[in-house]
Amino acid sequence: MTIDDLLDRFAAPSRREFLKTSGRLVVGVAAAAHAGPLVTAAGGRAALAQGAGPYPDPDFRQLDSWIVIHQDNTATFYVGKTDLGQGTGTAFRQIMSDELDMAFDRTTCIMGITDVTVDQGGSGGSDALQVDGWPMRRVAAEARRVLLDMAAERFGVPSDQLAVNDGVVWVTADPSRRFTYGDLIGGRRFDVTLTGRTINETTGVAPIKPVQALKYAGTSPPRDDIPAKVDGSARWAVDVKLPGMVHARHVRPPIAGATVVGVDESSVRDVPGLVRIVRERNYVAVVCEREEQAIAAATRLKVDWRAPATAPFPASDDLFTYMRRTTPTRSVDPQATGDVEAGLAGAAARIEAEYEVPFQGHTAIGPAHATADPSNGQLTIYSNDMKSYGLRDGVARFLDIPRDRVRVVWMHGPQAYGRTAADDAGFEAAYLAQRLGRPVRVQWSRAEETAWDTKGPAYLVRMRGGLDARGNLMALDYEARAADYGHLGYNEHDTVLVAQLTGRRRATPAPGGAAAPSDMYAVPNRRAAMHVVPLPLVWETPLRTGNLRDPNGPQVTFAGESFIDELAAAAKTDPVEFRLRLLAAGTGDDAGVRRARSIAVVKAAAEEYGWRARPSPGPRASGDTLTGRGFAYAFRNQTIVAQIAEVEVNRRTGRVWVRRLVCAHDCGLVINPEALRRTLEGAMMHSLSRALYEEVTFDTEKVTSVDWRTSPTLTHLDTPAAIDVVLVNGDPNPNRPDLPHYGAGEAACKPLIAAVANAIFDATGVRIRRVPFRPARVAAALQAARV
Amino acid sequence: MADVTLNLNGRRRTVDVDPATPLLYVLRNDLDVHGPRFGCGLGQCGACTVLINGTATRSCMTPVSAVRGEITTLEGLAKDGRLHPVQQAWIDEQVPACGYCQNGQMLTAAALLQRNPRPTDEQIRAAMAPVLCRCFTYYRIQAAVRRAANAAATA
Ligand code: FES
Ligand code: FES
Repeated sequence: MTIDDLLDRFAAPSRREFLKTSGRLVVGVAAAAHAGPLVTAAGGRAALAQGAGPYPDPDFRQLDSWIVIHQDNTATFYVGKTDLGQGTGTAFRQIMSDELDMAFDRTTCIMGITDVTVDQGGSGGSDALQVDGWPMRRVAAEARRVLLDMAAERFGVPSDQLAVNDGVVWVTADPSRRFTYGDLIGGRRFDVTLTGRTINETTGVAPIKPVQALKYAGTSPPRDDIPAKVDGSARWAVDVKLPGMVHARHVRPPIAGATVVGVDESSVRDVPGLVRIVRERNYVAVVCEREEQAIAAATRLKVDWRAPATAPFPASDDLFTYMRRTTPTRSVDPQATGDVEAGLAGAAARIEAEYEVPFQGHTAIGPAHATADPSNGQLTIYSNDMKSYGLRDGVARFLDIPRDRVRVVWMHGPQAYGRTAADDAGFEAAYLAQRLGRPVRVQWSRAEETAWDTKGPAYLVRMRGGLDARGNLMALDYEARAADYGHLGYNEHDTVLVAQLTGRRRATPAPGGAAAPSDMYAVPNRRAAMHVVPLPLVWETPLRTGNLRDPNGPQVTFAGESFIDELAAAAKTDPVEFRLRLLAAGTGDDAGVRRARSIAVVKAAAEEYGWRARPSPGPRASGDTLTGRGFAYAFRNQTIVAQIAEVEVNRRTGRVWVRRLVCAHDCGLVINPEALRRTLEGAMMHSLSRALYEEVTFDTEKVTSVDWRTSPTLTHLDTPAAIDVVLVNGDPNPNRPDLPHYGAGEAACKPLIAAVANAIFDATGVRIRRVPFRPARVAAALQAARV
Repeated sequence: MADVTLNLNGRRRTVDVDPATPLLYVLRNDLDVHGPRFGCGLGQCGACTVLINGTATRSCMTPVSAVRGEITTLEGLAKDGRLHPVQQAWIDEQVPACGYCQNGQMLTAAALLQRNPRPTDEQIRAAMAPVLCRCFTYYRIQAAVRRAANAAATA
């Protein structure tokens, strides 16, 4: 977000005015966008009292809702997405500038403000370009068409005798006859109605450009959000300060499932600045004039809790035993080809293995927060919610106020990767603001966030495989159990934490899900069975599952791709060769040519690494440092990724250092290669952190991983010496049409844990089947195997 | 409550607060300086880092009354309208993802280069290790620290 974005944000009333007014010149938007600074002379933020609303949705069938051309021949794009630090906002400007034929550096992009930008749902599923990029391209192409028609009328020549570049239109035969877009429409409405039943279908009549005609797509302009994040001028949701604002902190159940018996208000009577103790059923918050006062009050408040009659969950050390024994609440229909039992029975060699991945948290660097302003009968929430539109809808239902009296202003926030799709703090700020009638800022503590944020589900996977006498894979069986019962939806008014604790939750928990690895291996007999197992406590538990950056991918790919490696080792075949054979064994392909592209990506990774074929494990060194390399591959939707980890394992300490990472990645047309590279690096390193360190620990009462000591994470010390990313970008067959832009980000999280496990095996001959690979676990495994 | 005077980014600022208040909240809530951010309040993550007399210091653990000397925050790192070499390197390397941790990363890097203008890779890792990033931009951060060191050496 640039400062201009922020200014534009607060120009919302004129923006709405703009969308309402017809035909006439409206200077409000451009003027307001560059009007007086929001940061006051004293350095404080000027806070504007909110109008009463209402805040209707911008109509996505109006071109004016998407694009405004200003008199100075600049353009503002309004899109319903949020940028969590991957550079999607910059990428949107690239594709829209391309279709509009506008100079990229004369454009800005406003995102995620519910009453200012069309509702594209915010972010999630790595679909920003794969899905939402299409209507953006089509509306920009339509704006270009309308502008060319206007120019044709002004010049009195047919539009096919006009040329256009970077927002300037001229008569081809006489380039001295020219207009800028700003001359043609600056500050006025297009008044063009678009069609499409849904926002994703939004279109005008103009066609979009062929890939070859795109000028900015495929280039790497610097991300527009970075300068302000570097010089300190960026404004974040944590920074919001409003007149009369008070600070809230929570007191959470010390034992999961405990109920409040009483609150001793006298315990905080001497805390200065105390405004209110808010308690509804098991939700307890303290509200103070100042932040440090709220922290003190939350620490000191005496709450009498009654422990639940039965333990809410097993201890984390017993989790997999529990999951093995527990009757599933749900079994997803198995995916099957051939007859896996017959295939296994007829195999010359059979192996089986079990893999375990614990709960892992989102554990954002900044705990949850939001500020809500209830003035004038409306509610404005300043939030880093990645799905700001869903927060608006959810809050309106939770508090039973009309949807158009609620608006959400999306602002920068700490790493989310799924956390803010169920934005507890946004709901809590709104709830408290409504109860107090004052602006309230909610800030979770570190312990609260680490213990109570949403978790990626734990997985227990059993795999069996059978090889024929020549080492061909004849049968492959996958059976997974995921601890995912009650999986949280997106900003649901009846499942967010405050809804649970206040007892305003739905009756029936979500069934949860379980997944299988995604690969294009052709195995004659194959089955994937998936089950969901519940924990004893379903509601009001810190072990709530939610979507963590490719919600099941890292877990199931760890199992699937570790086991493929075990099969390759059993067949005494090079693991890349083994995979290529499995990929090539299939004949069919899909419309996105996933098989052909999988083969190309696997080969590209091996080539970039300099992979020399040999079976695993490799020859073992004699010193303390053992080295090895590991391979893994997966796809997500139409994005294909193959990764290689090269590790050093310290034989005595068990420390694993991944010294080199290679990633080959094909997400079709790449819009911004440099932003993509960084996103892939971050995604791989996130999974590396999950591979080496991350685990939610708990006893039979509560989560015990509550800070950065008890919940360790990857640090600078673990950083690879080299990360090499190859953007494969395309179909190996040059005769097929160009690929569209697919999604990127989450796919690269998938294979990494398996690649590291396979590298540890390659280095040591020891297979680690339990995540995370902390030094103590690795050292113990090496010792047990006498390595 | 008591008057506390701070030297902040080259200016004297006086606030009326409980002297035990962590510097972080005074900077953010009273002085509208938002570079330092709350990450843990436990001294474990580095998001709240400020420089006090050039030393990277965790403002969440520093009572405002204990501050002696000049406080520099991210906002005060640029001099005469020119970005600090670390900031420029951060832009050139396109380091930040969400950016929440980067205040601590940049100030810790600036303090490192101040006392050791030509750090080795190992020294960079060691000096930066206590500052966490949950977008895992470490690889680019380390490249940017090297770039800033090189830029300062050739300037
Ligand atoms: S907020 Fe100060 S070290 Fe984490
Ligand atoms: S850039 Fe997001 S936490 Fe570091």
